[in-house]
Amino acid sequence: MNAPVKIETTLKDWETDQEVRWCPGCGDYAILKAVQRTLPQLGSDPANTVFISGIGCSSRFPYYIESYGFHTIHGRAPAVATGVKLANPDLDVWLVTGDGDGLSIGGNHMMHVLRRNVNMQIMLFNNEIYGLTKGQYSPTSREGTRSPTSPIGSVDHPANPCAFALGSGARFVGRGIDVSKNLPDVLKAAHAHQGAAFVEIFQNCIVYNKDVFDAFAAPKGAEGQQLWLADGEPMLFDKGTKGLAFDADKLHFTVVDVVAKEDGTPDWQSAGVRVHDVKNRVMAHLLAELPFGTFPMPLGVLYDDPAATYESAVIAEREASVSGKEPNLAKLLSGGQTWTVDGSAQDPV
Amino acid sequence: MATQAPPASDTPHTDAPDAIVVRFAGDSGDGMQLTGGQFTLSTALAGNDLATFPDFPAEIRAPQGTLFGVSAFQINFGSRQINTAGDAPDVLVAMNPAALKVNLPALKPGGLVIVDTGEFTKRNLDKAKYDASPLDDDTLAPFDVLAFDISARTLEAVEPFGLGKKDGLRCKNMWTLGLALWMFDRPRQPLHDWLNKKFAKAPDIAAANIAALDAGHAYGETAELSGPLKQVNLPPVPSEPGLYRTITGAEAVSLGLVAGGQLAELPIFFGGYPITPASAILHHLARLKEFGVTTFQAEDEIAAVCAAIGASYAGQLGVTSSSGPGIALKTEALGLGIMTELPLVVVNSQRGGPSTGLPTKTEQSDLYQAVYGRNGDAPMPVIAARSPGDAFEVAIEACRIAVQYMTPVMLLTDGYIANAAEPWKVPDPASFEPFPAKFLEEPRGDVLEPYKRNEKGSRPWIKPGTPGMMHRIGGIEKDATTGNISYDPANHQLMTDTRRDKIANIPVPDQEVAFGETTGKLAVVGWGSTYGPIKQAVRRSIEKGCSVSHIHVRHIWPLPANLGELLSGFERVLVPEMNTGQFKTVLRDQLLVDAESLTKTSGQPFQIAELEDAICAYFDDVVGNEGGEVAANEQQLPSPVESE
Repeated sequence: MNAPVKIETTLKDWETDQEVRWCPGCGDYAILKAVQRTLPQLGSDPANTVFISGIGCSSRFPYYIESYGFHTIHGRAPAVATGVKLANPDLDVWLVTGDGDGLSIGGNHMMHVLRRNVNMQIMLFNNEIYGLTKGQYSPTSREGTRSPTSPIGSVDHPANPCAFALGSGARFVGRGIDVSKNLPDVLKAAHAHQGAAFVEIFQNCIVYNKDVFDAFAAPKGAEGQQLWLADGEPMLFDKGTKGLAFDADKLHFTVVDVVAKEDGTPDWQSAGVRVHDVKNRVMAHLLAELPFGTFPMPLGVLYDDPAATYESAVIAEREASVSGKEPNLAKLLSGGQTWTVDGSAQDPV
Repeated sequence: MATQAPPASDTPHTDAPDAIVVRFAGDSGDGMQLTGGQFTLSTALAGNDLATFPDFPAEIRAPQGTLFGVSAFQINFGSRQINTAGDAPDVLVAMNPAALKVNLPALKPGGLVIVDTGEFTKRNLDKAKYDASPLDDDTLAPFDVLAFDISARTLEAVEPFGLGKKDGLRCKNMWTLGLALWMFDRPRQPLHDWLNKKFAKAPDIAAANIAALDAGHAYGETAELSGPLKQVNLPPVPSEPGLYRTITGAEAVSLGLVAGGQLAELPIFFGGYPITPASAILHHLARLKEFGVTTFQAEDEIAAVCAAIGASYAGQLGVTSSSGPGIALKTEALGLGIMTELPLVVVNSQRGGPSTGLPTKTEQSDLYQAVYGRNGDAPMPVIAARSPGDAFEVAIEACRIAVQYMTPVMLLTDGYIANAAEPWKVPDPASFEPFPAKFLEEPRGDVLEPYKRNEKGSRPWIKPGTPGMMHRIGGIEKDATTGNISYDPANHQLMTDTRRDKIANIPVPDQEVAFGETTGKLAVVGWGSTYGPIKQAVRRSIEKGCSVSHIHVRHIWPLPANLGELLSGFERVLVPEMNTGQFKTVLRDQLLVDAESLTKTSGQPFQIAELEDAICAYFDDVVGNEGGEVAANEQQLPSPVESE
């Protein structure tokens, strides 16, 4: 694979002439802007960038990004994207999906693109509802969600996208919020990761599941409810007054109070606050499953530990099996045991 | 038997026939497919034409000795051209009571049955549901019987190599093969070479197998003196000069795809998911990476086709392959391929259906699925291979249409074609016209128009990564030139018409008559793997004086433009097929022709005699056919004799 050439672009260069058709106030607008802000910072080349999506509100995304785009069919974007990357590993592929597209109808493909570790960024817009089909509960809807198909409340246990990704073998798992100023940083980290980088983005469906994430996403009180993780940094939140300590005997986190040192910085060491290590897979599992309410919502990069990508392994295998072999079609056709019929024969019956 | 129909009382092995049908039958663990395969190779090397029919159970290791665990391999070979695996076997080799019970109903009266008495124990007879040993009553009275203890003789032969009884008995198939080689005067050396190579790491095993083979061969010489066994020598078949090999349909499809990729100057991307009987294509292609082939074993059938579409989008030639149930899963993605107008080759190795159906048996019942089976108006070219060797050319043709017309193409084969072997004249790759793919790399004019068409009606192929050509495609209806989303009513009408016309106007070669005159009383119209039996049945009927011709259609959709006119030169049209009349429906629909059906869905190929009988019924005036009666329009062959 060739090293990508960095191109200078502006946000405007990534806008298409197509009318954006999401509902006014939809969280997708904020994500679109965050991505369009991020791409110039990455030095991405529109001609070398491909946005691939499935079906759903989120999957209209490619139409609004001035790059190559493929709006495929429901749930199958990971499979299409895998074919694209195997055919041309140099392309920079972004996958756009939602909780229904990526975890319900396309859950199988999501699992396999993650465990194969195909090099791409996967943005899963989680709004805990089916938007485009008018508000039915989704695989991430909380129990008791009232919707046209669950008028007295859903009884399904919801899936946890980040836990699913880790369970599938993902080597990068991140979380963001549609309107968060930190979202571009999560996307940049995902892009820097070589391999399948999974990012769950909490997205506000203002029509069918309005403010469902308000408990941690609302600006008011957000500091107390959001734990932004950074590699090598202590797990602090609420302006450094609280942190997560880890009980190694009972294998669980606890919230601890942190007091400030004389210089005003938090004395997290004394409080036993754990330092985040993005390469610690066990911790990533615990963070992904941390029950919100008792704990803040972990956001940012939960896990980032690259491994060989699928396409690089496929290419290496192909190169190894090709070396020393001549692609001679005539020889291939006449392979195996052959015999010759001489010209003296008459026409067959 | 597959020759010019001598009376049934003839004993073929004492005459000098020009073709012989042999069926090897045993337990699925007895190695019958291997025996058959090696006998096929020896036969090909001896210069006989041949056709084979492997018939094995869906279970990998069915319980030993049971009726449903019987595995059989039939070969028809001779000193004239062979088109089918033959009807009734002349020789049946039955390795146990179950194999005898299942296969005896097929044996030609007067045929030779060879049985291993060592396996005719009470226990095995019970498993085969025989109340008494068929060797002791009159079950085998209509046949010549050669019954002896093959198991014991095999153990004797391998005794010096110190194999245990279990391993020793595994050489039984080689002993039997040795006997068969003697019967038909085949050289043993290629088998010796093959065994030495196969067991290079275990020379004792190789030596034991060779000893078993030689012992079986020697037994033939001895037995000829006293018993019904006679050596038959079939001279080589006169055929077109050239270099030959044997080939199965799965191999031919694989090689055709490789050749198609070279002719299109494109790497092949093959997305597949294991399914019987299509997996063999994935197996073959996985070993051909040096030809620019990438194989991707996907997580399911849907991912297999979607990855192939993704690869085509990125500029390779995407191919996917499956059998009916898997094609059903791919259906939505095929619609995406049609909507986005990307090249894609889809191979369906048909099997008995519906649902799981008969995974290891053959049928042609996915024709409706191929032609009509998608949501929306979603036309797709459909072409069908008629024989293992033909599958090579048809695969190239599928690649050509896909690339030139920017469309998915369905290639139909079936379980019979996929597994059966036939001699194949090795083609010269240079004899095929290249069709290099072209990518649009610069806008034509000021505006980028990804859906503006060329003279073929094809849109341009634009690879992502091309500077200045960024655009979006997808499954939503697109504007006729820009490709942007369009819900405009007039545009959808235009696009629907355009997609229909693009496929309908693909030029396909004029239909020729495969055998017989271009006009006459009866046209027998076939497609796919019925080619062999139809051709032989028509040939025999013509010899009897019937005015009948064989027409075999490769291009199912669109049909050859002259087909309607050609069929109008016949008074009647009979369409034999291994389904309930699907191609008949297409012909009636497209050509308003009064096509009549002859159908068979037993999981077995047509027999020549069945087709001959059906044809004869149209020729009451022909001597030998008096009293014939044409059956109703929808004629269905009776079920075969229940074998269990």
